[in-house]
Amino acid sequence: MTEVLPRLETRDADADVGGTRDPWLAVGLRVLTASPIGTIGGVILLFWAIVALFAPWLTAYPPNRIDYLLIADPYPSRAHWLGVDNLGRDMWSRIAHGARTVLTVAPIAVLTAAILGSILGLLAGYRGGWIDALITRIGDTMLAFPKIILYLIIIAKFGASAFNIIAVIGLTSAPIIARIVRAVTLDVKNRDYVAAARMRGESAAYIMLVEILPNVRGPLIVDFFLRLGYTTIAIGVLGFLGVGLPPPDPDWGGMVKETYGLLFVYPHMTLIPCLAISTLVIGFNFLATGLKEAGQDG
Amino acid sequence: MLRFAAKQLFNMGFTLLAVSLLVFMLNEWTPGDVVSKILGPYANADQVEKVTREMGLDRPAIVRYFEYMGRALTGDLGQSIVYRAPVASILWDRLGNTLLLAAVSFAVIVPLSVVLGVLAGSREGSFTDRAVSVFSSITASIPEFAMGVFLIAIFVVGLGILPGTSPLRSDTGWPIWSQFVMPVLVVTLYDAGYLISMIRTSMVEVMRQPYIRTATLKGMSFGQVVRGHAVRNALIAPFTVILLQLNYLVSGLVVVETVFAYPGFGRMMLEAALAKDIAIIEAGTLVAVVVTMLTQLFGDLGYMALDPRIRV
Repeated sequence: MTEVLPRLETRDADADVGGTRDPWLAVGLRVLTASPIGTIGGVILLFWAIVALFAPWLTAYPPNRIDYLLIADPYPSRAHWLGVDNLGRDMWSRIAHGARTVLTVAPIAVLTAAILGSILGLLAGYRGGWIDALITRIGDTMLAFPKIILYLIIIAKFGASAFNIIAVIGLTSAPIIARIVRAVTLDVKNRDYVAAARMRGESAAYIMLVEILPNVRGPLIVDFFLRLGYTTIAIGVLGFLGVGLPPPDPDWGGMVKETYGLLFVYPHMTLIPCLAISTLVIGFNFLATGLKEAGQDG
Repeated sequence: MLRFAAKQLFNMGFTLLAVSLLVFMLNEWTPGDVVSKILGPYANADQVEKVTREMGLDRPAIVRYFEYMGRALTGDLGQSIVYRAPVASILWDRLGNTLLLAAVSFAVIVPLSVVLGVLAGSREGSFTDRAVSVFSSITASIPEFAMGVFLIAIFVVGLGILPGTSPLRSDTGWPIWSQFVMPVLVVTLYDAGYLISMIRTSMVEVMRQPYIRTATLKGMSFGQVVRGHAVRNALIAPFTVILLQLNYLVSGLVVVETVFAYPGFGRMMLEAALAKDIAIIEAGTLVAVVVTMLTQLFGDLGYMALDPRIRV
């Protein structure tokens, strides 16, 4: 997997002083109207969010109920909109509940990475010296590790569970976020308003969190959505490789793995989860593009 | 530049040592694993203890670590449990296969990304730019296994013109070269999207520079400006990123190799990880980290050679 390091588009923070900060809702609306790509991404994500949120009410069968009699005719029908899988489980129900899984695990993993990375990046950039050297060094060592192989080793070692997947993705993504935050911190920490806060006698923690961190908002929000896309891919890949969330609970990557050999006979069993994961990642990436475009205009 | 390279090589050695110790310790935390893996689930405690002693696993970890590193330096990487053969022979064989796939993919990805990236970036906001950007964004969003499934559905199941597996054997009824088409196609579509957008961004920036306007104003045609002034400057920034793709192409091909049953390095690592084949995991991780760090070093050196403004 390749990583996108977003270009740092720090808005001139001094311009915000005294002026009005854009309320979140206004920014969101501007993104959705300013960029058609962003709109498409938003609509796709809205669809999957609704499916995930209301999965139990949108589906007629439990996702893990096995019905061998259905395997005789597994194709999509009126009773089973998307057909059934190799064990006779309802595909639509598994897809919807799979959306639940991925849309819970991915945001938690990315949020973990963002919090950890922000703290490390702020410390490294603001404190400098040996703290900076230590954090940067450890981060570089972690980035030198081929990611997939690191996932494989750790998950094979400690077992596949949602918690382990979140921990692994959170830990391996944190250095990249730390790098972004550190760069912004270095850029901002000598500005007048930071000096003023220091003069007022504010604590270092206050300066880092209240004066410096808001400047990272722009690049971090774009990175957040891109990273949600990667994380969705990573979760799918782990499932496909057989080290993802443990069965029988539905997981899109795992569904592909289980039915992959049947592609010649029952293509819908494999194609549908592939389509699901692809559209979700496209949604994340389109929204990130939209946010970037809106950020450049405003 | 020599001093820079020497310093980087020293840092590399240090990182490598740290990584090897880390992987070793990680595998150390559950020492019973290897023995019970060899003996199977029905071994009793006496047998486990006997084999543990025979394999020398009862001695302190730090002693075994130095022993392992000493032997690794002479080329002896230990025995694989899964493949029941020396690790070195399997590792180099699989790595060779992956390097072949990586080289072919790289040879396709780079020219394609340069052409599309320059085409899109030279006229920012044009229809071509929009089309290329959306296309590359979509292909980069589709996970490799999903891309593999889509392409197999079209070319193998639907049209029947390409083989769906690439075991690199000629007895499958498909010539060896044809077994490369699908894996290379998947890798290219997934990876090129990212490169294209990097080159496009760089190209857009270069096209806004004053010297481009000067060149246009002095009467050069658009094609001349792009070819003569813009492209070379636009390729400096993405150069490191282009080299970093080698990295992904060596250690990131696990999925593609699994989809197409390609006998490569990534699939070997997956099988080893699933079977807890520690000897392979350790050796493979070290190799992967060396590849990563070497590409980074070459990236930095090449970057300095390309852009004389950069000094270390």
